[in-house]
Amino acid sequence: MKANPVVDTNETIELPLLLEAIFQKYHYDFRGYSQASLKRRMRQALLRFHCDTFSELQSLVIHDERVFPQLLAACTVQVSEFFRDPAYFRAIRELVVPHLKTYPSIKIWVAGCSAGEEAYSLAILCREEGLQKRVLIYATDINPEALSQAQSGVYSLDRLPLYTNNHQLSGAKSSLSNYYTAAYGAAVFDKSLREQIVFSDHSLVSDEVFAEVQFVSCRNVLIYFDRELQNRAIGLFRDALSRKGFLGLGSKETLRFSPHAPYFTEFARDERIYQKQEAL
Amino acid sequence: MNSATAGAVVVGASAGAVEALSTLLPLLPRTFSLPIVIVVHLPADRPSLLTEVFRNKCLLQVEEIEDKVPLQGGTIYFAPPDYHVLIDTGLWFSLDSDVPVMYSRPSIDVLFESAAEVYHERLIGVILSGANHDGAAGLQKIIAAGGRGLIQNQQSAAATTMVQAAAALCPTAEVLSLEQIARVLMEVDQQQ
Repeated sequence: MKANPVVDTNETIELPLLLEAIFQKYHYDFRGYSQASLKRRMRQALLRFHCDTFSELQSLVIHDERVFPQLLAACTVQVSEFFRDPAYFRAIRELVVPHLKTYPSIKIWVAGCSAGEEAYSLAILCREEGLQKRVLIYATDINPEALSQAQSGVYSLDRLPLYTNNHQLSGAKSSLSNYYTAAYGAAVFDKSLREQIVFSDHSLVSDEVFAEVQFVSCRNVLIYFDRELQNRAIGLFRDALSRKGFLGLGSKETLRFSPHAPYFTEFARDERIYQKQEAL
Repeated sequence: MNSATAGAVVVGASAGAVEALSTLLPLLPRTFSLPIVIVVHLPADRPSLLTEVFRNKCLLQVEEIEDKVPLQGGTIYFAPPDYHVLIDTGLWFSLDSDVPVMYSRPSIDVLFESAAEVYHERLIGVILSGANHDGAAGLQKIIAAGGRGLIQNQQSAAATTMVQAAAALCPTAEVLSLEQIARVLMEVDQQQ
């Protein structure tokens, strides 16, 4: 069985055209995303929309505006958990919170919040640490459907045992069940948590800094960007962070290849929490 | 030293992986110049010990993959737990948290497919011991793109489901002992 290099070559032409079409028509910019994983997801979208080629999908997404919201969900990976990587939340609790406590008012930015699991986790953590009166969490994403799910605070009940375990491993000072009500197979999280969180639409690709914050948590979002776009996003975080503010990344993400690296120090190395330095 | 553009070796293994890799990897000499990228199925909820285990056994450098790290020749890379690993056209790694494929994240198929698209005929895919079907479709794509497929023989594999599945889907792949696989890798490396 010999290769079909034609398919490869055609896709190399077609994928950038599809992304350009999406950008021009819907103003969502995936052109700076990591090509390998985006191509993989777009191929899954081909199956879903019964298209043979990216060109066909391009035509469909231009002419049928109902397709785009579904394609947007297919383009972005929405996999998260409450207290995902408990060691990260434990490090926030033990190492970052003591610094945050010195501020009269604390602002946290969860960049790429997806359906809100991490934003609620941080809201719960802040409450357990006695910070709730002083904390405001900005949780941003590009996907309106994910944001509205986040806003509703409703999650599938069958994942709660995992979340409860994660929460305990994060050094919990209370029980996760204090923060939600179970009803009809769903866990509805407490309204008072939502009042600490502002969910809003923001793109790390095209939007600017909107507030000064003491802590940015952006986990497993930058992995979908190519290096140039990663640099833009990290630059935004740097601008948004106050003096000696903190930046938390995913457990296999690193600032090592970023031109912004000299402006940060490793604060909790294994948990990938960085601290913004004084200007050099 | 960076021979990552010359070609690459990708390896997939699951149950019985550590035994198979403990025979295979120490046979590769210090001069081996291609990057070797390995997916082993691991539990998602704890750090992997593979890097430490094999650092002590191998002559080559051993690293755990992080996002956007460029591939370097003469280095053995292990996929981290709970992420898919892909190779991007710039010859760096991209991690992905998308849903598991065949209950697996990292997925061998996902790595193999992306590597085949970057390396074409300059790629060798190796399937070792394992107890599920991951890797067979990926190996098929490597061979279809002009690369070479190697499969551990059943006699030496602790679990045979994975090698059987790969052999069934890829009739032109070579079924070999671990020593023979090491020899083929060294021959190909010397031709670079």
